[in-house]
Amino acid sequence: MTTDVIDHLVGIAPGDALDTLRNQRPNARTNAQTSFDALLHSDELEHVSQLERLAIAYWTIALSQSPATSFYRDLLAAEDEAAAAALATALPGALTTGPYGDYPDGPLSVENVAGLRWEPDAALVASVGPRLAAALAHTHLLVYRPRDSSEDALQALLDSGWSTTGIVTLSQLVAFLNFQLRVVAGLTVLKGEL
Amino acid sequence: MSEHVIRHTFEAPNAFTQAQLGWEAWLEPLPVDELTERHYDGLVDKGRANNPYFRLLVRDPEILGARTRTDNDIFYNEKGGLPRALRELSAASASRTNGCIFCASVHSRFAAHHSKRPDDVQRLLDDGTAAAQEDPQWRAVIDASVALTKTPGEFSAANVRELREAGLDDLAIVDAIHGAAFFNWANRLMLSLGEPTPPKES
Repeated sequence: MTTDVIDHLVGIAPGDALDTLRNQRPNARTNAQTSFDALLHSDELEHVSQLERLAIAYWTIALSQSPATSFYRDLLAAEDEAAAAALATALPGALTTGPYGDYPDGPLSVENVAGLRWEPDAALVASVGPRLAAALAHTHLLVYRPRDSSEDALQALLDSGWSTTGIVTLSQLVAFLNFQLRVVAGLTVLKGEL
Repeated sequence: MSEHVIRHTFEAPNAFTQAQLGWEAWLEPLPVDELTERHYDGLVDKGRANNPYFRLLVRDPEILGARTRTDNDIFYNEKGGLPRALRELSAASASRTNGCIFCASVHSRFAAHHSKRPDDVQRLLDDGTAAAQEDPQWRAVIDASVALTKTPGEFSAANVRELREAGLDDLAIVDAIHGAAFFNWANRLMLSLGEPTPPKES
C-alpha cells in the first residue's frame, strides 16, 4: 500500500499547500499511515481477523458520519459484501450524536448526558455472529460515549471470545480511526480556506 | 474458556484536576519478562515498560509504536507552529469534552506549566470548555478542539477564521487539528482499558 490514506481522503496532491504543511510534521504524517497499515494490513490476524478489522473500521467511520464512510464501506464490501450490507442495514438505528455518557458519582454527575445504549439486534447477530456483534457494540460505546467504558464492557468482549490482545487491537483500531477521521475533517475544512 | 478483567477496589477520582494521578489497567499488561526486541521497539522509550498502560498496549507493538511516534511529533516537534502550551490546551480541551479525567489531568498540568496560567486552565477544568477565556488564541484553540471532538464533527470554516484572526498561521492550525484529533485517539484508550487512581498524598 503506497497511497497515503489521509491525502487520498482530503484530496492532497504532491506540491499542494497542505502537502507542504503536512511535511512539516513528517513523523506524524508517516506514522498516521503506518498506523493504518498496522491495523488494516497486518500480517498477524490471530487475535482479530481481517473481516473483523474491516467491519469495525467501517462501523467506526459510519457511526461518526464521516465523509470517509464510502472509502471504508468499499474496503469492507471487497472483503465481504454480505457483512457490508448487514452493517449498512443496521446503521440508521445506531446513529446518534456524541460524546455523551456518565461520570463517576460526584461533582461531575450534573454533567451526565443520557443517550442511546445501542445493542445489535437478532438479525445483525445472526448475520455477523456473536463475536463480531459484541465488537460492534463496543465500537458504538467507544465512538459515542467513551466515558461510559467499564470493566463490564471488557468482560462482555472476553465472554464473546475476544482475547486480551485482541481487545487491545480492537481498541486501537477504533481509537486510531477517531484520530484519522478528525485529521481528515480538519484538513478538509482548512483546504477550503487556504 | 474466557479470561477475566481486573477489578480494582480503590475509589477512582470523580472530578477534573491538575493533580498527578496514576492509572491502572482492567486487562493484564504483558509481563515484563515476556518483552522482546519487537515489544521494546513498540514502546519506543524503554522506560515505558514500567507503565501499565504502555505495557498493556504493547500486546500489539506495531500500532503502539506508530501511535507513540505520531504523538511525539504532534506535541514535541518545535519547528514553528502552535506554541507548546496551546498544543497541550488542545489536548486538555478534547479530554474535557470526552470526559477523560486522567488525560485532562496530565495535559491541563502541562498547559499550565508551559503557559504559566494555571488559573485559566483550572477554569477550563472546573467550568468546562465554554468557560470564559480572555486570550483569543486560547478561545480559538478550545473552540476548535471542542468542535473537532463532537460526533458528527462540527469543525468549520468559522473555526479556521477564528484561529487566523487570533494570529495563528496555517501550521499552527494544523497543529491544533492534530492535537485535538490525537486526543480523540488517546482518550478512548485511557477511558476504556482502565481507570485513574487517586492522587498521591502530598
